[in-house]
Amino acid sequence: MSALGPLATRMGDNTLILGHRLSEWCGQAPALEEDIALANTALDLIGQTQMWLGLAAEIAGEGKTADDLAMRRDVWDFRNLLLVERPNVDFAYTTTRQFLFDRWHLPMLDALSRSSEPRVAAIAAKAVKEATYHAERSAELVVALGDGTAESHDRMQAALDALWPYTGEMFIGDDIDAELASEGIAPAPESLRDGWEEAVRTFLADATLSVPDSDFAHRGGRSGARHSEHLGHLLTQMQWLQRAYPDATW
Amino acid sequence: MYAQLVKSEAAEETEQDRAFQERIDRKEKIEPKDWMPEGYRKTLIRQIGQHAHSEIVGQLPEGNWITRAPTLERKAILLAKVQDEAGHGLYLYCAAETLGISRDEMTEMLLDGRMKYSSIFNYPTLTWADMGAVGWLVDGAAIMNQVPLQRTSYGPYARAMVRICKEESFHQRQGFDIMMKMAQGTTAQKKMAQDALDRFWFPSLMMFGPSDKDSVHSAQSMAWKIKMNTNDELRQKFVDQTVPQAEYLGLTVPDPDLRWNEETGHYDFTEPDWSEFMDVIKGNGPCNADRIEARKKAWDDGAWVREGLMAHAEKRRAARVAAQ
Repeated sequence: MSALGPLATRMGDNTLILGHRLSEWCGQAPALEEDIALANTALDLIGQTQMWLGLAAEIAGEGKTADDLAMRRDVWDFRNLLLVERPNVDFAYTTTRQFLFDRWHLPMLDALSRSSEPRVAAIAAKAVKEATYHAERSAELVVALGDGTAESHDRMQAALDALWPYTGEMFIGDDIDAELASEGIAPAPESLRDGWEEAVRTFLADATLSVPDSDFAHRGGRSGARHSEHLGHLLTQMQWLQRAYPDATW
Repeated sequence: MYAQLVKSEAAEETEQDRAFQERIDRKEKIEPKDWMPEGYRKTLIRQIGQHAHSEIVGQLPEGNWITRAPTLERKAILLAKVQDEAGHGLYLYCAAETLGISRDEMTEMLLDGRMKYSSIFNYPTLTWADMGAVGWLVDGAAIMNQVPLQRTSYGPYARAMVRICKEESFHQRQGFDIMMKMAQGTTAQKKMAQDALDRFWFPSLMMFGPSDKDSVHSAQSMAWKIKMNTNDELRQKFVDQTVPQAEYLGLTVPDPDLRWNEETGHYDFTEPDWSEFMDVIKGNGPCNADRIEARKKAWDDGAWVREGLMAHAEKRRAARVAAQ
């Protein structure tokens, strides 16, 4: 099954890069409770990465491991959404990025937990429990900060406006997706759009935030064709030890 | 030691004070609503607050390596550890709050220098081996102090310590595990491991605070069972435990005068440079300014978030009241 590897890589790269971004917050969050919650979410995502990239490595063969994939690939081999490589900027961007991702991640995992491929279904069944908590938490924060003070509202609106063009990529399928869908391994990306949009609009209305009216979508992350400049810097940091000391085990 | 050099208030001797001391001597736990001398309350706020701040500032030197952890598993373990530390900070702030001070007040006091945190966190973490050294030595020293504090006289503090100690022993094990991998690794990794021990050995010994003969606040705190052992007792215990571990790792403790003393049944060792310790306490350690700056930035940058969350909660509360 040739599309299974790319699916596992896409799922694992999303959680790897987003988990890394969240881990950048360590010790710097606005309150202790948020610090703990961000670390907890990062931890869940890194754990999911181990499972997804573990599967991708198993399919790749040649004795590869999840760590090889995380630490030894260059930018063009990554298959994560552009959304998750966006920088943290501030707590509004970080929260909004998480919310937009979680509202896609949750139904995606839910569908994958019923995958015809048992290895995919098993990983998704485990991850969906964590994603449920992530989605609840990020939606609560979006509502509270959107409907908080004038400043928190404005910051959340600015973050939403900036990140909105990176959401469309989640729902644009390609040949790999078509193959996965036809074999019942994964849902077609387009099929998740309506549910996502309905949930997102409902929470944003509660948050008193306006949905941007542009439907322009940046793309190039999940195909690997054109990542943003930000990803290279992230990898520079994340992969440094493995690159500097290639003979070492840790 | 996370609460080293805590200034203790002098005790007065009224009837009430004597009755209080008798309760402590009977090993009764003092609870938030019980009467307590003002000095006991103030000393505890200082000690628990300093301990809490140490957990929070202590996130920074390890957080420094989370984004550079060499494998997914190491990254996950380090994240879990730093998250535990934030959790410890939370329990400890809650314990201090039972004494009539708020977390926000304590935070302000940390940021403007009225409250301290452990001197150890003013040293930089420069290589991955430092994640091993911090877990092995710093958490090892912390455990040494915290295990007896599970029997401290103030109930909420003692109970927080029970939870914290369970997690700290996991932290120490993971630190030792990193050191082991490094010490058995490539030439470069061994060099990192030795370098980390060289840099962290004496600062770890300083964690227990000044020598007993110079420790002016110990007697009252020990009478109140806020402090359970003297600084020198704990330091000796730490050295005795750690030296064989260093030998096991094949690393050299950076003290030429370190030797086993058959007569005393303990290691003889060189005292740390106390003038360096006093410099660090006064704010002149290698990272004091950076650590406080990082905490200040987090606090200032996060103000709008805390205000936004409070404002929303208030709107929700008002809406509920209006609906009733």
